Amino acid sequence: MSVAERPAPPTDASGRGAAFASPEGGEELGVVEPLIFEASRAGRRAVRFPDASQRARDAADGQPPLPAWAQRGRPARLPEVSELDLLRHFNRLAHLNYAIDLNFYPLGSCTMKYNPKVNEWAARLPGFAESHPLDPDAIAQGSLALEWLLAELLKEISGFEAVSLQPAAGAQGELTGLLMTRAYHRSRGEGETRTKVLVPDSAHGTNPATASMVGYQAVTIRSNDHGGIDLEALRAALGADVAALMITNPSTLGIFEDQIDQVLEAVHDAGAIAYMDGANLNAILGRFRPGEAGFDVMHFNLHKTFSTPHGGGGPGAGPVGVSSRLEPFLPVPLPVLVNGDPDEVRRNAWAGRSTASARFALDHDRPQSIGKVRMHTGNFGMFVRAYTYIRSNGGAGLRTVSDDAVLAANYLRIGLADAYELPYDRICKHEVVFSGRRQKRQHGVTTLDIAKAILDAGVHPPTVYFPLIVEEALMIEPTETESVETLDAFIAIMRDIAHRAEHDPESVRRSPVSTPVGRLDEASAARRPDLRHAFEAGDV
Amino acid sequence: MTYSPHTDADRERMLAAIGVRSVDDLFADIPAAVRAQRFDLPTPLVEQQVRAELGRLASLNRIPEVSFLGAGAYRHLIPAVVWEVIGRSEFATSYTPYQPEVSQGTLQSIYEFQTLICELTGMEVATASHYDGATATAEAALMACRLTRRNRIAISSAVHPQIRRVLSTYCSGPGIEVVEVPADLAEGGSGLTSVAAVESVLDDSFACLVAQQPNFFGGVEPMGDLADAAHAAGAQLVAVVEPTSLSLLEAPGAYGADLVAAEGQPLGIPLSYGGPYVGLMAAPMSAVRQMPGRLVGGTHDAEGRRGYVLTLQAREQHIRREKAASNICTNQALCALAATAYLSAVGPQGLREVAELSTIQARHLAAELERAGLAERRFTAPYFAEVAMRLPDAERRHATLLEQGILAGHPLWRDYPELDGTLLLAATELTTDDDIDRLVTALAASR
Repeated sequence: MSVAERPAPPTDASGRGAAFASPEGGEELGVVEPLIFEASRAGRRAVRFPDASQRARDAADGQPPLPAWAQRGRPARLPEVSELDLLRHFNRLAHLNYAIDLNFYPLGSCTMKYNPKVNEWAARLPGFAESHPLDPDAIAQGSLALEWLLAELLKEISGFEAVSLQPAAGAQGELTGLLMTRAYHRSRGEGETRTKVLVPDSAHGTNPATASMVGYQAVTIRSNDHGGIDLEALRAALGADVAALMITNPSTLGIFEDQIDQVLEAVHDAGAIAYMDGANLNAILGRFRPGEAGFDVMHFNLHKTFSTPHGGGGPGAGPVGVSSRLEPFLPVPLPVLVNGDPDEVRRNAWAGRSTASARFALDHDRPQSIGKVRMHTGNFGMFVRAYTYIRSNGGAGLRTVSDDAVLAANYLRIGLADAYELPYDRICKHEVVFSGRRQKRQHGVTTLDIAKAILDAGVHPPTVYFPLIVEEALMIEPTETESVETLDAFIAIMRDIAHRAEHDPESVRRSPVSTPVGRLDEASAARRPDLRHAFEAGDV
Repeated sequence: MTYSPHTDADRERMLAAIGVRSVDDLFADIPAAVRAQRFDLPTPLVEQQVRAELGRLASLNRIPEVSFLGAGAYRHLIPAVVWEVIGRSEFATSYTPYQPEVSQGTLQSIYEFQTLICELTGMEVATASHYDGATATAEAALMACRLTRRNRIAISSAVHPQIRRVLSTYCSGPGIEVVEVPADLAEGGSGLTSVAAVESVLDDSFACLVAQQPNFFGGVEPMGDLADAAHAAGAQLVAVVEPTSLSLLEAPGAYGADLVAAEGQPLGIPLSYGGPYVGLMAAPMSAVRQMPGRLVGGTHDAEGRRGYVLTLQAREQHIRREKAASNICTNQALCALAATAYLSAVGPQGLREVAELSTIQARHLAAELERAGLAERRFTAPYFAEVAMRLPDAERRHATLLEQGILAGHPLWRDYPELDGTLLLAATELTTDDDIDRLVTALAASR
């Protein structure tokens, strides 16, 4: 069935497409935007390609033909649409999305800061965008220089000895870090005995999942009453069978581990590796350098701290920084300076002077390397954006980033402290975690209801139900790029919802009513998976 | 420059509200012993300065005037409308669609992406994306281990060397053994995976065979025979494919592939020195609960409106933690959107034209090199859009041509010492007759 045969869905007062009877019968169905497949008409085209020349065809005919058995039978049913149909379809889909560029996005743990547009300009420069990953080093000096310089900047920011840009995302950075951890222990003859990775109960789910992928047993360490890691529990768990501690600092509660020096000492005394999940680096730029403090390895999330766009779930980039003990195990290849003095190259680059006399190369010859975790050198387009961002901000700007991010989170903490429970009532870093427990117990309004009511107020909700150790959690990360007026407006929205939860709970539970679709039936989506368009018989 | 909106007065007001004197007070919880001792970074730049800096770096790359380099990443036309779609900041600056009511744009586009990948591959279910083709392959092979409860993987040596390296890294985690099945690279050989070698290697300890179509050398593999050989040992076939080729070459679902992985870069994604790209993965529905990564499913709201959500999340790390199918969280959603827009823009006819032009120009190129007596095909098998050509003094001449702005493909001897003097040359729809003439002329002059 195609969309043209359907009546256009009338729109109700809320702006949603109103329900209308489906010709397939029975069930009421409304469609906000038809699938691109439903707009398809045989023979319609958007993009055309030139014909091969007769000369090319004749020459090609002399070569071995594609064998008949290898050729495709039934063609793929790709949509056939005009360019305008296509553009309108995706533009209408775009209108159904919330985005940083539309409004406040206080999603905890995700650092939804403004993504500067000059970064996009830089990533699309033809010199970068048309650079092939297997280009000989001689013609890829710009890409290599940028990678080398970005690694130098990340080293200085984090205090680590070396950086690999290769991991594609934070979770892959974790994988890289734990593979290096294991390689390190193996190099010391302890590969077989160190089998456990300690993970606090407030950790991101990726931490234990990564430990499993590397064949480690994840052991959970409880948090103490202040939201920090329980030092006694940690000491009790540490031993000759522990490969690493993975710790997020500041934690997912938005709290800096104020005993981090003792944590690091205990981990190292036990001969284990200290892994820092760098998801929350946006809180501590210029204040705490994990490598300098004694961590052995950390992943950066360039899509969080360094403003590369989240893209609806990616791409990101998850470079890792390491101490000298893990450096031999970094993934290959590594961009290296092969001709030139590193100090001079950095000085020239930072002063905006040419670095054309320096020579860079990819070093594949690293015998103790864990290998490759993905193809090529990483998500290069993200490196260009992150580099642009770091150079724009400079050291002073990056310090301001964290100062203002922490300032904003504490401002929200104070502004909402009497409206929602604050399980850990202390100075926070870049994010603050509230609990909707009171609203749930006293008024039957859950955190999910609150989240949906925030949507109706035109703002994206915070992260909800995470970290797992906070009941009905609301994890708010405002970031440094939001004005005090935006923060005040958000406080007013949250206070209004808390007020309504008390006095008119049904009005909260009804939300959302202003979004393109209402609450969706996730249970039936999982029970009867519908993961692709079902073409009608006769569609080709 | 910073992107902070705060005036000094704003900061004062916020500090006063919090009840602290200075922002330093908000960092008092960092133990003195571990506070940053240095932060020696460059001075801030304003936009015109940062543009000059990035422009300078970009200009240090020399983009060849003529390039036959492919080897897993290909220069294709990216229609302007595709750039337009992925540039929309409603897509680019949104997060993972955890709040479906305000993420229908991303969710529906992923549902369309999943459908397109199923159509191309002839499979029943496709994921929302992976980091790249190599990690998609590694995750598919590990999935085969879970599905078969076996812990050895066979992979053809005609699979992209970097995919093989990534697979080895991923398998080193859980301690899964990877066995390489040699392709026929002998003098006068086909350049294809040997079915006999597969049959002799595989036994009931193997979870899967990983083979690539077209293979790294551009050769057209007997995928049906490889599937049969894998199945005879109770193993699965993981087919690694090139998506534009699937408009001409048989769909993996039709020749018995159990799992499919691919690098999606050719579908509207710039070369960008290796990333971000997008990994594709497809499988039968019976395997869906062992799939790694995000899946989008259709459902409805209380009023019967059609909508889309992230679904079957019980497979994923944020729910299952250490028992998850993978640790993957962030994926390559915006690149998947580019692929969706690309496939919609070119349509079935356009994708076929891309593949036909690519394969015609690759043959044209090989024929011209042979006719001029400059190079010979190293392998006998039919090839798709990439061809391995041997020529005398290849390394020097490759370098000489590079100085003239001509990139004569990828040297194969680095990864395959037995392929001395052999270059892997790729063509796409952007390869012109003039490009081929320039290569032939320059190679002739470099003798």
